[in-house]
Amino acid sequence: MKKLFAATVGILALCLLLAFGDYALNRQTNQSGRRTVTIYNWGDYVDPALISKFEQQTGYHVDYETFDSNESMLTKIRQGGTNYDLVIPSEYTVQRMKREHLIAPLDHRKLPNLHYIDPQFMNRSFDPGNRYSVPYFWGTLGIIYNDQMVDGRDVQHWSQLWNPRLKNNVMLIDSARDVFAMALITQGDSVNTTNYHQLRKAQRHLKQLTPNVKAIIADEMKMYMEQNEAAVGVTYSGDAREMMSVNHHLHYVVPSEGSNIWFDNMVIPKAARNKAAAYQFINFMLEPANAAQNARYVGYATPNRKAKQLLPKRVTADRAFYPPRTTMKHLQTYRDLPLHVLGEYNDLFLEFKMFAK
Amino acid sequence: MRQKVFFTIPYTLWILLFVIAPLVLIFYQSFFNIDGQATLGNYATYLTSRVYLKMTLNSVWYAFLITLVTLVISYPTAYVLNRLPNKQFWLLLVILPTWINLLLKTYAFIGLFSQTGTVNQFLRFVGLGSHQLLFTDASFMFVAAYIEIPFMVLPIFNSLAEINPSLINASKDLGASQWQTFTKVVWPLSLPGVKAGIQAVFIPSLSLFMITRLIGGNRVITLGTAIEEHFLTTQNWGMGSTIGVILILAMFIVMFITGEGRQKGGHRE
Repeated sequence: MKKLFAATVGILALCLLLAFGDYALNRQTNQSGRRTVTIYNWGDYVDPALISKFEQQTGYHVDYETFDSNESMLTKIRQGGTNYDLVIPSEYTVQRMKREHLIAPLDHRKLPNLHYIDPQFMNRSFDPGNRYSVPYFWGTLGIIYNDQMVDGRDVQHWSQLWNPRLKNNVMLIDSARDVFAMALITQGDSVNTTNYHQLRKAQRHLKQLTPNVKAIIADEMKMYMEQNEAAVGVTYSGDAREMMSVNHHLHYVVPSEGSNIWFDNMVIPKAARNKAAAYQFINFMLEPANAAQNARYVGYATPNRKAKQLLPKRVTADRAFYPPRTTMKHLQTYRDLPLHVLGEYNDLFLEFKMFAK
Repeated sequence: MRQKVFFTIPYTLWILLFVIAPLVLIFYQSFFNIDGQATLGNYATYLTSRVYLKMTLNSVWYAFLITLVTLVISYPTAYVLNRLPNKQFWLLLVILPTWINLLLKTYAFIGLFSQTGTVNQFLRFVGLGSHQLLFTDASFMFVAAYIEIPFMVLPIFNSLAEINPSLINASKDLGASQWQTFTKVVWPLSLPGVKAGIQAVFIPSLSLFMITRLIGGNRVITLGTAIEEHFLTTQNWGMGSTIGVILILAMFIVMFITGEGRQKGGHRE
């Protein structure tokens, strides 16, 4: 009994201590409460040094929160009660947030640095005139391969993945849109098709890929490719860069016949509390020196023309990450499709996965 | 009497808020299509779709195999543990892995099973060459069984520990062989534990989804995969809930089958 009593007291004391610590920490941040800007971004997607620099320059305190998928971010913002001042969604999510009136139009007069963005990345179909969004980084979907296990010339195009020589050696990213994009492009269709026959045809085509498919996975692909588990992977340029920095036998290719190009963009939610700070932050990130520093840290391609010039030649001459104009012309962005069409993509994908044995 | 009512308030609230309400919500959601109209379409889709039916069969089949493997390993383990001195200590060692996060354990297996992993290093060392271990049914079953074993051992261990030793002595005194004692006395008396273990393993195994992707490489698809997709990607909560309802029904069936047997066992005692 005595022991029980002692244990209870001990636990209670510990709880009190933790509660007090929490309170103290909160008070500290609340003191600068009015001067706080809350940023909601993907994990590890900004150079922390830049955050400190911004805090020093402006006196704002930056609260940096992260999400791991557009969908989870969207659910959270939709449910309200959040006070994010700046969010960084991908292009098709920008389109949806716009439609659902979750984001505020931008006042371009407050963004003098906007002209540094390369015109080819402005005024895209997902946000005409960039009324709501400013591009942050961009990237592609492509093929990563291990030069010890496969000849680079054999994996320059999507159709080459169907080669029987790659039997049980291809890893796919677990995403319906991306896997279908690959199949749709090989048959010359749009990655945004809403035509069920084209989708069915693409699925039949994918089923023929089955013997080559080793696994359909998400983030784990990074680890597997780094450990030479498979010869070829279909993945995003940003992930590819990470893998390549660990395993030097890996190379990344954007097929010249076309692929997906994606953008992550800075937007200001309607519910933002500190819009002035959000504008300042966007401007700060558009500053060429800062954008270049961020690009060096994150490793994705920057849409900032001036910043690109500040990057080492070795980086910007890399055709895998800054593809030549001829390839760029063939890249397509995803449009936000009606929910029932998205459902069709996913049902067909699920069926493909079911019989991927 | 009033005091009794007072003390049940927290429990009733808990049940209402966190058990009844979510179940009702899932059931309610399952009658809406993606545009928010009330419909029975989700059930029709489920029942007429080759994909979903096969997926259900797959899930049940894998859950059955996982349960079987777990049982075959756990029963002898629990039996032996019961006869050891310091049995509580040995039991603790069996339970210890459950203190570690599930994902962490799964990632550890990736490290063990990959081409350059420990197991393949060992295989190469003994001259068997490296093998493809990840993304196979065998590795999926192995990891799933590994994770579920403590939940099977524990109830069996407890039911074995509850058996009065004098019953076993009596059986031996009356001339039963070791084997007869086991089949006629020990096994029937430990059945409640076995059934509890089956419930604890079979039901979660039905809807495993992280391991199917991480270890199975999505070559093993269960209903959990479909639910995850409907809630996170397609945002078709209605269809996701429908599959959820099907899973709940499946669980009731399992509870019913294993539960009734237990009552009969009680009568015989």
